Amino acid sequence: MEPVKVKNDEVDLRVTIGSLELQNPVMTASGTFGYAREFEDFVNLHRLGAVVVKGISLAPRVGNPPPRIVETACGMLNAIGLENVGVDRFISEKMPYLSALGIPVFVNILGDSVEEYSRIAERLAQVEGVAAIEVNISCPNVKKGGVAFGADPKMAAAVTAAVKQSCQVPVIVKLSPNVTDVTLMAKAVQEAGADAVSLINTLIGMAIDLRSRRPRLANIIGGLSGPAIKPVALRMVYQVAQVVTIPIIGIGGITTAEDAMEFMLAGASAVQVGTANFVNPRASEDVVDGIAAYVREQQLGSVRDLIGALRVG
Amino acid sequence: MSQFQKKVELVRSEVIARDVVRLTLNAPEIAAAALPGQFVMIQIAPGKDPLLRRPFSIHQTSSEGTLQILFKVVGRGTELLAHAKVGEQLSLIGPLGKGFVLGEPGNACLVGGGMGIAPMLFLASRFQQLAKQGSAPKVILGARNRDELAPLIGDFKNLGLEVLAATDDGSLGHHGLVTDVLKKINLSPDFTVYSCGPRPMMAAIHHLCLKENIRCQVSVETVMACGMGACLGCAVPLKAGGYAHACSDGPVFEAGELLWSL
Ligand SMILES: Cc1cc2nc3c(=O)[nH]c(=O)nc-3n(C[C@H](O)[C@H](O)[C@H](O)COP(=O)(O)OP(=O)(O)OC[C@H]3O[C@@H](n4cnc5c(N)ncnc54)[C@H](O)[C@@H]3O)c2cc1C
Ligand SMILES: Cc1cc2nc3c(=O)[nH]c(=O)nc-3n(C[C@H](O)[C@H](O)[C@H](O)COP(=O)(O)O)c2cc1C
Ligand code: FES
Repeated sequence: MEPVKVKNDEVDLRVTIGSLELQNPVMTASGTFGYAREFEDFVNLHRLGAVVVKGISLAPRVGNPPPRIVETACGMLNAIGLENVGVDRFISEKMPYLSALGIPVFVNILGDSVEEYSRIAERLAQVEGVAAIEVNISCPNVKKGGVAFGADPKMAAAVTAAVKQSCQVPVIVKLSPNVTDVTLMAKAVQEAGADAVSLINTLIGMAIDLRSRRPRLANIIGGLSGPAIKPVALRMVYQVAQVVTIPIIGIGGITTAEDAMEFMLAGASAVQVGTANFVNPRASEDVVDGIAAYVREQQLGSVRDLIGALRVG
Repeated sequence: MSQFQKKVELVRSEVIARDVVRLTLNAPEIAAAALPGQFVMIQIAPGKDPLLRRPFSIHQTSSEGTLQILFKVVGRGTELLAHAKVGEQLSLIGPLGKGFVLGEPGNACLVGGGMGIAPMLFLASRFQQLAKQGSAPKVILGARNRDELAPLIGDFKNLGLEVLAATDDGSLGHHGLVTDVLKKINLSPDFTVYSCGPRPMMAAIHHLCLKENIRCQVSVETVMACGMGACLGCAVPLKAGGYAHACSDGPVFEAGELLWSL
């Protein structure tokens, strides 16, 4: 018998994150896709499940001195220092373009204190087009703030609860991998009201130039990303999937649809493409195409059949 | 904006001098859209190592749709690229960045040092297209020695330009720095200097131009991950404080806007 031919757009790729239904599970990772406009010549932005924009703080931040990035084996270290235009300029300069795209916009936020997080969330809550807030509690690049929230379940829960109270949109808490037990953090933020968790952020690392005997980053240490971190990220997504009931967004070294679907098997409902955007600006759309092709070939009822479908034992 | 991500064919690979290579690529869309001072990001290998693309100035374009880059082998990426085979497909993104702001050809002085000569050829040919009779730009080129410099000077001569040369070892032209030559020719303040080269060279040119009240544009290099304004990795310290981004605000800047005392 002839197999039934299903067209690309007839494949069911929909997934849900909290109260949001996404047209497909593919998003871009914060800090790797600018404010989306940078990619308009390369990607059909309308085809993405969501865009996650660069982390926003209350006041603008200038970031770290250079060098801020260094390539490592199958990956890169960054110490950007959370450079961003601040929430006010983000709303006036970046949001009009983003909200006109007609796809969900997730705004990644960061702060130095619980109050700062909730104040940014309050500002964003009034803005049309903000579909969800992703809370970066884990940035390893800034000397104060980030690290502490992401490494302590009580602090992580406090930030989560404060952001939840400040806005109506779904709140995604982005977990740090730089902890002994990521499941403790996941459970803590779920209890505090998080609608979803995303993981992982970058792994703290370092690179040294033997010739000059100097660190390769001005900040000395930085966050490792790219294909090199994928096995760690997969493991953490799998572990978190065993202990939470809220949706998980898998992040870490995803460059192809195969990578993305491995994260879904491990328990992720959706994924974010990060460093791969630098190498292949079209990576996020390629992942959408690849997932659609797989779902069609395997004749799955929907992409959701993959979520947590890992065969163990 | 019109930027492209294209698989393009390597049509020619020439060893210009020791460790200096010129690649000619068949990249009609990128070549047609390119402006002097802009660059391309080239994927070195199809796999995941080296992971990141490498930035290269656009050295020359042709109306037949080819684009050239000129580079020195300094590490693994450039070493691999130097061994790319004619007929191979390479992935290019470009044209990227903001190029030089072109003034009057007759009031332009181009100063290139080492691989900083790469974007100068494209700039020179664009000036020659714009130039009226007898209004050619001045060109000063420097390198370590004759072997490195002589083949590159030929390209400028082919455009009908006169070149003032400087070499570190005195084997061609002035024995010393391009800045010595720049000082000697005594430009008037209605000139603009367009410069690309090692940082100390550009710093010296900036200071000279500042003193003589001459406008100066420089093309800077930084490490880059994306080349398109997304990663914020390419920070360039500004005189006014904070940072610009070499890939999207530059790589060409007004020298006076940058912080040079680093
Ligand atoms: C906008 C722009 C345009 C450029 N145009 C040209 C060009 O036309 N021709 C050309 O030869 N090069 C050019 N470069 C520099 C070129 O990109 C680097 O030489 C290249 O990325 C090195 O890659 P690699 O893997 O061989 O070296 P890596 O393994 O990355 O580094 C090897 C060594 O080279 C040093 N190095 C790395 N990057 C640079 C750099 N930017 N400048 C000097 N040393 C560096 C490293 O510190 C290290 O010691 C340009 C850079 C930029 C940002
Ligand atoms: C240059 C760069 C900047 C980043 N900026 C942010 C940020 O502002 N906020 C954040 O939560 N994560 C940030 N990240 C982390 C990524 O969103 C992602 O979690 C991480 O890079 C792992 O995914 P990848 O391996 O696919 O890149 C950044 C990563 C990189 C490489
Ligand atoms: S290289 Fe990524 S922003 Fe400039």
